[in-house]
Formats: sequence, C-alpha cells, structure tokens
Amino acid sequence: MRLEYFQMIDRVASFDAAAQVLSATSTVPDDSPVFEGHFPGHPLMPGVLLTETMAQASGYLVLGLLKFSHMPFLAGVEKAKFRTFVGPGAGLAIEAQLVHHGSGYAVTKAKIRSDGKAVCDAELMFRLMPFPNDMATVMRAQAQAIGLVPEAA
Amino acid sequence: MASTFETVANIISETCDIPREQITPESHAIEDLGVDSLAFLDIAFAIDKAFGIKLPLEQWTQEVNEGKVPAEEYFVLKNLCARIDQLVAAKAA
Repeated sequence: MRLEYFQMIDRVASFDAAAQVLSATSTVPDDSPVFEGHFPGHPLMPGVLLTETMAQASGYLVLGLLKFSHMPFLAGVEKAKFRTFVGPGAGLAIEAQLVHHGSGYAVTKAKIRSDGKAVCDAELMFRLMPFPNDMATVMRAQAQAIGLVPEAA
Repeated sequence: MASTFETVANIISETCDIPREQITPESHAIEDLGVDSLAFLDIAFAIDKAFGIKLPLEQWTQEVNEGKVPAEEYFVLKNLCARIDQLVAAKAA
C-alpha cells in the first residue's frame, strides 16, 4: 500500500467470477506523510483512504468480471461505516462483492477487516465508461502486478 | 400492488428528494424534475431492483445522442413506465 500514489491494494488473494467476489490484502505503511497530518502524534488511516481501498478492490472485481471492456469510475458511496481505527503496519483483508451490474453502471458491497475485526464497509456505485486513451493498458498492467488472475484479464 | 408509475414516482421522490406531488406521468425526469445523470443511475439501480430488469441506459443514451430517438421517449415518466412494462413482460415471456 502506497498511500501517496493511491496504490491501495497489495495483492489480490482470490477472484471468483462465478460468485462475483474478489478478496485482496494490503498492509498500511509504517510511515507516510499522510500520518503527519492525520493526526500529528496519533497516526490513523483516514476513512477516505479506507473508502478508496474498498473502491479499488471493487474496481478490480468489476474489471475482472467485465474482462476489461470498460473502466469503472467511482460514482457513489452509500452506507459507509467506519467501525474501528486502523494505524500504521495494520494488515487489511478487503472483500468486494458485486451487487448489481446495470447498463452503464455497477454496484458493489465492500468491507475491510483487520486482525479479524470489522474495520469498515460500504456500498459503492461505479459508472462504467470506455477506457480513455491507453488507460486499459495501464490498468491491465496494474491488475497483473497485484495478481488478478490472467484469465480474468 | 402499486402501479409501475407509482413505484417509479416513489423511487424518484425518495432518491432525488423531490416532493411526490410534483411528479406526474407527464413529467420529464431531466427537464421538469432536474434529475442529473448521476441521480439517474441511482434511479436506474432502484428500478432494476424493484422490477427485476436491466434498464438499457447505454442504448437509450446512444440513441438520444445520435438523434435517432427524442429524449422524451425515454425520460417522460409515462413513456419510461411503458418501457419498464415492456421489459418486465419480455422477461416473463
């Protein structure tokens, strides 16, 4: 996890196209400028970055299910709950489940757990759009780097 | 059982915080009710769930953008409801 580069997913642990579920893992970095401000002397992973982490896991899920035909752009966050604090060094288990694939949009539910505890959960909506420019190539490379199974890509 | 229009009007009212009495079968979702494209995704999601269908928004948008079909055909609520009924009937057939 590299917060400054918005690389929130370290590894895709599993991708089940039939069940429409993706599981991923990530480790909150020990050091980051983010923690200098959030909060001074009390480093905590910001809720907005936990939301981004859920969104990225959901995004890779959608990319895998659609075989990279469209790019999912985050369009809505509903029912976001942040249930416990997460600090530097915490291991995160992220799960994203497809709720609905509509025409031009998709809805997922995602959650993060750490040390067996529920950290956060939310329902996320994505607008599905054609890839701008060569973004598909970039996304395929990133997906491959984090272990999204090749047959899904 | 609520009519298609009642269900759709309630969805729009709740999703977009529009007083239910302002929503009529003649209302144009975009021009009269001010529904934007993002809010319409929320509405589409609720309609898809409520009726067990998949509104073909991409196809509709393309047809409107290409000038093949006037927007009223899809976004005036009585017309939208007729399309929903057709999709429900096609699914049941």
